[in-house]
Amino acid sequence: MPGGNPYKPAVATVTEVIHETTAIKTLRVVLDDPAVMASFHYEPGQVGQLSVFGVGESTFVINSPPSQKEYLQFSVMQAGEVTAAIHRLATGDKVGVRAPLGNFFPWRDWRGKNIFFVGGGIGIAPLRVIMLHLLERKADYGKISLLYGARSPRDMAYSCEIEGWLHNPDLDCTLCIDAPFEGWTHKVGLIPNVLLKLAPDSTNCVAVLCGPPVMIKFTLQALEKLGFTPENIVTTLEKRMKCGIGICGRCNIGGRYICVDGPVFTLNQLQALPQEL
Amino acid sequence: MSTLRILTSDGLPAFLSFLSQKHHRVLVPVVKSANKRSVIFEPWRAGMPVVLEKATVPPKEAVLPQCETLLTYKKSKNQEDLGDITVSLDDTPEALSTVIFACRPCDARGFRVLDRPFLNGLFADPYYKARRESLTVFTITCSSGCNTCFCHWVGGGPSSPEGSDVLMTKIEEALMLQAISPAGETLLKDCDLPDGKDVFPRAEAVRKAAWASLAPAPDLKQVPQKIAALFGNDDFWQRQTSACLACGACTYFCPACYCFNITDEGDGFGVHGGRRLRSWDNCMSSLFTHEASGHNPRMRKMPRMRNRISHKFSTYPENWGTFSCSGCGRCISNCPVSLDIRAIVLTALNNAG
Repeated sequence: MPGGNPYKPAVATVTEVIHETTAIKTLRVVLDDPAVMASFHYEPGQVGQLSVFGVGESTFVINSPPSQKEYLQFSVMQAGEVTAAIHRLATGDKVGVRAPLGNFFPWRDWRGKNIFFVGGGIGIAPLRVIMLHLLERKADYGKISLLYGARSPRDMAYSCEIEGWLHNPDLDCTLCIDAPFEGWTHKVGLIPNVLLKLAPDSTNCVAVLCGPPVMIKFTLQALEKLGFTPENIVTTLEKRMKCGIGICGRCNIGGRYICVDGPVFTLNQLQALPQEL
Repeated sequence: MSTLRILTSDGLPAFLSFLSQKHHRVLVPVVKSANKRSVIFEPWRAGMPVVLEKATVPPKEAVLPQCETLLTYKKSKNQEDLGDITVSLDDTPEALSTVIFACRPCDARGFRVLDRPFLNGLFADPYYKARRESLTVFTITCSSGCNTCFCHWVGGGPSSPEGSDVLMTKIEEALMLQAISPAGETLLKDCDLPDGKDVFPRAEAVRKAAWASLAPAPDLKQVPQKIAALFGNDDFWQRQTSACLACGACTYFCPACYCFNITDEGDGFGVHGGRRLRSWDNCMSSLFTHEASGHNPRMRKMPRMRNRISHKFSTYPENWGTFSCSGCGRCISNCPVSLDIRAIVLTALNNAG
């Protein structure tokens, strides 16, 4: 895409569909042009417009780590027309990909710091890519922690990977669900409350969060209570996006466009913007 | 001095014919008979009565059509293996070499407003670029303002050359043509119209008289900061919005509005395949920012109005250094409840808070 027509998607083939939950599917796609696939470069946190020809495009984070060169991975929660069409896709189907778009997690600036990820529901998708990216570079970072919450165990994406995360010596992984569930051995409670109980040390620590707006709102309050400063709180925003290149006027907050100036912002960057999330 | 020519009214058809030989289409203002008399731009054909009036609808469509094809996609099945489907894409921009004849300075400045995000942003928009590079703009000086226009408030004026290739000024029954851009120079040098040097002083006098007819403009330098500071003042925006019907007419009639949507048409199978379309959208629509999750940051019309005014008078200036309003006044004259953007801007400017 860089240098070419920014509206023209690369044609790609679905190579794998993973059923995460009843509402979430993960797609692995390979760009049809081998040269473009081989040279495709992106940073953790960047997004792409995934399209089903005949239905339309929607924006999703590329949630496979950049070291994964075999495919691009998107996790999609069914919510509207395009996502429903994406959920109907099968291996071998053709899709369009306009990527990479937007900015990315400033992971180079986080070297030497502890990182605390907080993901709610499908909000785990962008955190997965940056978390795996940092775990590949664990020597450069301090303690890496994840708090991942969902409504129930059935709503947890990446269930095949979670066991690995729990046993990864480089990752301090906590899972929680909203209400008690038979056989559940992890935490129960809403994410902000669980976070307050975990009480991570905010000293030299970056909190990275993503989830539904209500979770973000209360998690921010919890993080502030724990002493995290706005420049050490990072989030990645969802907006309705169309063009993906900062023109169409849909995803702006004040003069900033989430599709080019975001989706990743620190809390102090967000606080400087008009309050219109 | 740039090339000057004189065009008499009886020489107009021949000149339009000359332009149409050089360019694929020449858009001219003509009267459209409808319930309400309106003037619109249409491709010129011999014998067509041209009216040199300010058009009801600006000629924005010459560079940003109401609906255009971004790409066509064609899917074909391998008859030996029906699960094996190939997709081919064609994204060739459609750009006809076009002359806009006799738009107003506000309309020409409208093109400059669009140029910044479409040409100078992170990516150049290839469809807009192709059309813009094939466009020649002949603008006609306004002889006076009207009761809804305010171009001189926002950096323009009745004889502003910004965005024009040729600026025309009416002197009695003739037009003096003045080249503004290199493209305008070439066209005027190539045509066989007589030299207009002698009438230049009279054209200057007409332009000066037009300026003199305008009421003094308020100083809007502080407006971007004032509007930004009012962002959280819900009462202010509620007052400005209460009468609004959220019909979006203000945006569709605006030469500087450019919000759009992208949609697909057709599944891609069959002879003609399918199309990915870009079409005008408007930020006053309740669904414009509606997210798939159900969340909508501008669900009520108040934040939508705030966004529209802020974009024109605060955030576009923040990004591009100038207002995204050319003061044509069509949002005022076409508003079903007579909302007046000038009043909103002045209220913001004079708001003590």
